[in-house]
Amino acid sequence: MATTHTLRAKHRRSALRTLAFLSPWLIGFAVFFAYPMISTVYFSFMHYDGFKPPTWSGTKNWTYVFEHYPFFWPALRNTLWLVVIMVTLRVLFGLGIGMLITKIKTGTGVFRTLFYLPYLAPPVAATMAFAFLLNPGTGPVNSILEKIGIPAPGWFNDPNWSKPALTLMFLWGVGDLMVIFMAALLDVPKEQYEAAELDGASAWQRFRFVTLPNISPIIMFAVVTGVIAAMQCYTQPLIAGKVASGVIQGAGTMFEPGYPEHSTLTLPQLVYNLGFQRFDYGSACVVALVLFALSMAFTALLMRRRGGLIQAGD
Amino acid sequence: MTQVLDRPVELKAPSSPAERTARRKALLEWIAVHSLGVAAALFFTLPFVFVFLTSLMSDSQALSRDLIPHTWEWANYKKVFDTPGFLTWWRNTLIYAGLGTVLTVVSSIPVAYALAKFRFRGRNLTLMLVISMMMLPPQVVVIPMYLFWAKQLDLSGTLWPMIIPLAFGDAFSIFLLRQFLLTIPNEYLDAAKVDGCGDLRTLLKVVLPMAKPGIAAVALFQFFAAWNDYFGPQIYASENPNAWTLSYALESFKGAHHTDWNLTMAATVLVMAPVILVFFFAQKAFVEGVTLTGVKG
Repeated sequence: MATTHTLRAKHRRSALRTLAFLSPWLIGFAVFFAYPMISTVYFSFMHYDGFKPPTWSGTKNWTYVFEHYPFFWPALRNTLWLVVIMVTLRVLFGLGIGMLITKIKTGTGVFRTLFYLPYLAPPVAATMAFAFLLNPGTGPVNSILEKIGIPAPGWFNDPNWSKPALTLMFLWGVGDLMVIFMAALLDVPKEQYEAAELDGASAWQRFRFVTLPNISPIIMFAVVTGVIAAMQCYTQPLIAGKVASGVIQGAGTMFEPGYPEHSTLTLPQLVYNLGFQRFDYGSACVVALVLFALSMAFTALLMRRRGGLIQAGD
Repeated sequence: MTQVLDRPVELKAPSSPAERTARRKALLEWIAVHSLGVAAALFFTLPFVFVFLTSLMSDSQALSRDLIPHTWEWANYKKVFDTPGFLTWWRNTLIYAGLGTVLTVVSSIPVAYALAKFRFRGRNLTLMLVISMMMLPPQVVVIPMYLFWAKQLDLSGTLWPMIIPLAFGDAFSIFLLRQFLLTIPNEYLDAAKVDGCGDLRTLLKVVLPMAKPGIAAVALFQFFAAWNDYFGPQIYASENPNAWTLSYALESFKGAHHTDWNLTMAATVLVMAPVILVFFFAQKAFVEGVTLTGVKG
């Protein structure tokens, strides 16, 4: 295979051709990412409320966010909670459902469709549905729990239960993981199972020494993309908190973010709270940069050159 | 159904005791697996069922602990449609999702094609940047973007700040399409070249017809990304209810009618229904999209 370098020397015109094909995205990258990213860094050192022209404020926004803004650390803690607990449960549950679907022999198509559908539910609609299902007063879940004599939790109205309630909702939408685990499980070579069985391996040993090593790249992929999704978690906790607290929708509605007691607050919500509720664009940019640093760190994990999960070359 | 024949239950009498225990074990396993399957199916389905049942309850019953409607109030759906603004939100959603999808597909195809089939210096770097953009939370650049659209171009309260960027390629769509185009053998492209096709003609006449399933997957994902989007409308459209989309407006049913769960759930059903309907017509495209982006390529 010729190297890209000699090819480029051979076809000087091909560079122009490549540029032409890439141009939509290159322009988009410059206008909708590079320029705003530089501005975000710039604004993080400015005092700016959107009305008076921005003024230099040094590291004031940074110390404000880290030391005085009451929501930053709770939001970071919540995000870490979601990253650790929710991602773990989602991967385990997705793997379980993926294994179950490969074992089901009768009506496979029906089961697969039923398991997959919740993944497609629009996030706002799913959250409205769960806010109703889990509402402590008249929600069907608590009605059933009380009928069978199990103490019913306050779900989205109880700071100790709001994150588990969110997690339950994300477990419901595990269809995407089911599909990729199913594909991976079906790709495990049959001979390896047969060989293990001949050696007298138990079901657990076959899972531990045949299944797991074969699907470990997919597990890693599910973990890393799960972590990135957990860090971006915005719509669902916001809606759950707003519905549970009874806030009315509309322009300029002020709401205490993260009802109840900051328990559903995540980092992306802070950007909205600081920028669009408090009109402190400078501090909002500080949070945006923290979010950027975190997502890029995890994206780098996905793309490490060797053993990376998405390979650039082919 | 052919699967029924695969069931390990046979009418023929087992010949040996060992075979009999093996069969019994297989039958027990079949029962265990399918009971678990039914339990899981209940977990995934019941939320939809309860939402639907509540959407058909009367106002007072929706506030009670009943699970099944006494009277089936189909008029709830008519009430939702009669809500001021509902048809406007529906139209806005279709414009955002429809126009956005066309723009995304048209602008992402050449980029994905170059990343999948051209060899050039900086290709890996470009691909890595595309993947990074895919992983980037929209909140990271929203402050300058908002100031740009609202203060400099005075376009807040419209759908344009959400639609226009889609004309410049979308990272997820580019990545998904690129994964799909990788599966098209290079021999087809070489043959087209031998026949005297230029790059553009090869793309239009040879690659695109073969890439239809990939394009369908991208179009579906982009359509539903717009359909589901809450953050974009919240930032750019919240001040003007005439620019709201369904996903954003859904919450207002809760607000406008306080705890009228029956109407809120009817509206929820109406926002979910199109997605689920489309899924039944385009299952393959969805599943293909998820596997292509989930498995390394």
